[in-house]
Amino acid sequence: MSFINYMAREINCKIVYYGPGLCGKTTNLQYIYERTNPDAKGKMISLATETERTLFFDFLPLSLGEIRGFKTRFHLYTVPGQVFYDASRKLILKGVDGVIFVADSQIERLEANQESVDNLRTNLAEQGYSLEKIPYVIQYNKRDLPNVVDVKELHDLVNPMNVPEYEAVARTGVGVFETLKAVSKLVLTELKRGG
Amino acid sequence: MVNPQMVMYEEEFNQIQVVVDRLVREANAKVVFIVDKNGQLIAASGEVENIDTTSLASLTAGNIAATGGIAKLLRENEFATQFHEGEKANIHIQLVGNRVILVVIFDSKSSLGLVRLRVRKASDELNRVFESLLAKVAEPGGDSPFAEITDEDIDNLFND
Repeated sequence: MSFINYMAREINCKIVYYGPGLCGKTTNLQYIYERTNPDAKGKMISLATETERTLFFDFLPLSLGEIRGFKTRFHLYTVPGQVFYDASRKLILKGVDGVIFVADSQIERLEANQESVDNLRTNLAEQGYSLEKIPYVIQYNKRDLPNVVDVKELHDLVNPMNVPEYEAVARTGVGVFETLKAVSKLVLTELKRGG
Repeated sequence: MVNPQMVMYEEEFNQIQVVVDRLVREANAKVVFIVDKNGQLIAASGEVENIDTTSLASLTAGNIAATGGIAKLLRENEFATQFHEGEKANIHIQLVGNRVILVVIFDSKSSLGLVRLRVRKASDELNRVFESLLAKVAEPGGDSPFAEITDEDIDNLFND
């Protein structure tokens, strides 16, 4: 749910990174944090376990610039990917404006991707959203690893709706900003349509 | 519309600001702020220069969301009030009208009793403001300022 503040002349939007455990959601945020001008970012918060697995969420506020005199601010969140944190994932999806699904390209994670995308659909529906209507893009992460499956196969598995998709190596930043830009554009376009 | 928008206008913002400014004084608080349930900061007052209000807003909303999840599991509607006591700072978190979160940070110059009393009064006032705000947003004709943006405007944002 975007928040338009006429007083502060600001528009705030919420973007959620979704995907199976260890697919690289937090790594996406860390890369964005490292590569963003200090004026344009706030503090990155990670609520993680001692072993650096996301426990509740990561949070990164970003300013993108102005549109027609309104500052555009994006709040980036990740969900905890591990299956048993489902209650927390549902909470993070509340008020979401756009979703990035981060798929793990490794062959042994194919099933986990599929489960996670199904879980995303179910959890969005519980909040009254539909994956068909919400701004949504997919990132195929870890393309640098030796055991990856073809993008075509991943596409068939997790992207039957044919939404914008990007290959990425979040660790080194390949595709990270492209994915974020793509979903941000969709969110702003949705706002323009009065969504 | 899947995604009802939260909108803040100048008139309501000023009314809210009056309430939070007064709450800082009357509760002897260090900081008072209001956040929506999605973690967006709506208003703040007091010694806000030294704290990261954006992070606080997001964490408070996460906290309320988690507590709300626990409430649901226990078949409670909500746990509307939370209080955390630290060595120097204390934080009182109040859900207002199940819509926004009123946060008061205070130290030993105040007390929980005083904060609770003042928060109760402020909550009623805030509830009225947010109700009228919601009614206004629901009125037809309140076009989004973004209705007129062009694809070019959006592209320009990413041209760097």
